[in-house]
Amino acid sequence: MSYEIIGLTVLWIFLYGYLIVASVDFGAGFFAYYAKITKKDHIINQLISRYLSPVWEVTNVFFVFFFVGVVGFFPDTAYYYGSALLVPASIAIILLAIRGSFYAFENYGSKQSNIYMFLYGATGLFIPASLSVALAISEGGFIVEDGGAVSLQYLELFTSPLAWSIVGLAIVSVLFISSTFLTFYASYANDKPALKLVRNYALFWSTPTIIAGLTTFIFLSQHNERHFQNMMDLWWMLGLSVGFFMIAMWLLYQGKRYGLAFISVMLQFFFAFFAYGIGHYPYILDPFITVSDGATHPSMGIALIVAFIGGLLLLIPALILLMRLFLFDADYVKGKK
Amino acid sequence: MELDTVLMSRLLTTITLGFHIIFATIGVGVPLMISIAELIGIKSKDSHYTMLARRWSRGFVITVAVGVVTGTAIGLQLSLVWPNFMQVAGNVIALPLFMEVFAFFFEAIFIGIYLYTWDRFKKPITHWLLSIPIFIGGGMSAVFITTVNSFMNTPEGFEMENGVFAAVNPIEAMLNPASPSKIFHVLSSAYVTCAVLLAAIAAFMLLRKRLSARASAYHKKALKFTLITAFVFAAINFLAGDVSAKFLADEQPEKLAAAEWHFETEEGADLILFGWLNEDNEPTGVIRIPNLLSFLAHGDFNSEVAGLEETPGDEQPPLWIHYMFDLMVVIGGYLLGISLLYLIVSKVKKWNEHHKWMLRAIVLSGPLAFLAIEFGWIYAEEGRQPWILRGYMTVSEAATTSSHIGLMFLLFLGLYIVLGTLCVIVLRKLFRHNPVEEELEKHYPTIEKGDES
Repeated sequence: MSYEIIGLTVLWIFLYGYLIVASVDFGAGFFAYYAKITKKDHIINQLISRYLSPVWEVTNVFFVFFFVGVVGFFPDTAYYYGSALLVPASIAIILLAIRGSFYAFENYGSKQSNIYMFLYGATGLFIPASLSVALAISEGGFIVEDGGAVSLQYLELFTSPLAWSIVGLAIVSVLFISSTFLTFYASYANDKPALKLVRNYALFWSTPTIIAGLTTFIFLSQHNERHFQNMMDLWWMLGLSVGFFMIAMWLLYQGKRYGLAFISVMLQFFFAFFAYGIGHYPYILDPFITVSDGATHPSMGIALIVAFIGGLLLLIPALILLMRLFLFDADYVKGKK
Repeated sequence: MELDTVLMSRLLTTITLGFHIIFATIGVGVPLMISIAELIGIKSKDSHYTMLARRWSRGFVITVAVGVVTGTAIGLQLSLVWPNFMQVAGNVIALPLFMEVFAFFFEAIFIGIYLYTWDRFKKPITHWLLSIPIFIGGGMSAVFITTVNSFMNTPEGFEMENGVFAAVNPIEAMLNPASPSKIFHVLSSAYVTCAVLLAAIAAFMLLRKRLSARASAYHKKALKFTLITAFVFAAINFLAGDVSAKFLADEQPEKLAAAEWHFETEEGADLILFGWLNEDNEPTGVIRIPNLLSFLAHGDFNSEVAGLEETPGDEQPPLWIHYMFDLMVVIGGYLLGISLLYLIVSKVKKWNEHHKWMLRAIVLSGPLAFLAIEFGWIYAEEGRQPWILRGYMTVSEAATTSSHIGLMFLLFLGLYIVLGTLCVIVLRKLFRHNPVEEELEKHYPTIEKGDES
């Protein structure tokens, strides 16, 4: 396997990792706000803040990791995406900044502030929406290069059904992934009232998720025939994705094995996300950047892969330690530590 | 219009970095101070030090959060604002950028663990061990990101063929000539700045009226500890500054010459402090120290120092960086002087190291240290104008062509004002509502009231 494929695979895995951990985080923000306006915040706030406070920075780094990696492996992405995405990405940064500061300030009174809770909830939906615009753009047709200047065609983007369906899919997926995780976490903490609440959220958001997935797929077939065909060739991955979705639904509905339900949701998104990613090949940005032409020098590519491996050897034990101390420490989760 | 987008790109990057380095400096230096204090607390069983570590780390969380979000901003802005630069240079500097993220990742994980596990371990030393990856991670991210900046000053580790980079050697690019002196200077100045910042806080608290004996003892201990560390780091930092000047004289003479208004190449060059330039571009009203520039540049009072005349006119940096250089150096001297003075005064029995004016001078040194960081950084960055990659790519070739950049500048300016204000408000609230006496009482009811004075 060539180094650029390895690099892209690792980056895609990291983006998938971000998709999961960030969804949990963003969705939790929305649910926290929703619970507050429906006067149920006392039920789940404790649950959310105990999990999220120690890990939010880690979530953020997944994102930084991905974009630094992409620019490193494929410097052309900096040129095309960087030029075109100045406005949407800047807005995403500002939303991330508002959200990041929430964690720092939350212990010191911002919880009581309705405005801040609103911002926290709203950014939870706007950030995935603004970030998913990059996915729509990668399908091609939204960027024009003219005389050395790259620009984004806003009108085309805002009138594109594909772009809107991707945004919609991103938002409902966030809510679905997050509520499933919180269901698992509540049951682990043996917090019955919270469990009842978040389980209802999870059951509710499952339907829009699968509908948005299908609509996006249909609009993709109209927008980018090649990508659609490639994905059809990976029918078995899409089938597995739907299969795991059914398993997750069954478990949630039965009200047992919530851990397994969350893993099923993770696998559901894993297969859909990788079918999407593999189907995108050979383009990174249709039609400007391909995987093989856009890659950096072999020496840098190999150095980056070595750095990947070295970094992961440090990171994985650290992440395991973090999870054992917070996520999977029964006493901590139950609020005893 | 073209010029405008370049100017706005530069301004946007300036405010983002100018804001970020305050928090980045704290992120590098404060964890080390926390770690040392906690270790002393454990070893000497003096709970004042443990309390110091606890309280510092609580304030530290807030600055870290702002550092993380502004760091994310600058990380993305590199590609958004300078797409042409990243397309070209990304081939050579991707490795250190990437390793910086790894170091940061590592630090982020352990900050989360450290902050939420103060009382979870049986042995206190276990908790202290968790602080090591934090300051190592913080230091390493500074090292990696500084190599990127060094590369922009002295690009190496590639060959140029038909305008594109070929034969890239990532390691050689990282270990370019500017890296060692820059890393040395960046790290030592971050450590001295944070030590001085914490000393300034202690001095500020001691200046307040109606301070209980207990709180006073705590803050005095903090002051002594931070100023001893500050003195050590300030001395090292002075050495680092000297190393940097010698590096500039060898590799980037135009930067040193512009900083010193040293126009003609000569032997036995004088060091010039402050003053202004008259109509004929002659330094006027200056403080002149004979032959010192030669010594600063080459370690020999009579050596030859290259003047600005050797650099083509359109490649010369702006001359106002002279003031940035002077201010940085003078403040560096002040920090070293004030910490030394405190140590001398505290050794002499008859003198009082907690005199009002002494404390005021220490309080002043806190903001001054951060100003010196900003000045030094502006000097280093403006000093390589007009280049973004010295000798290869100018700033105007690198900037984005998007006409929205002006609007983005205003948007980010607004964001930093809000973040900065919130940060100050929250920090004040945090320490006002939770005075040290109460916290000592709560955690360590056994401490004797005020164990000195």
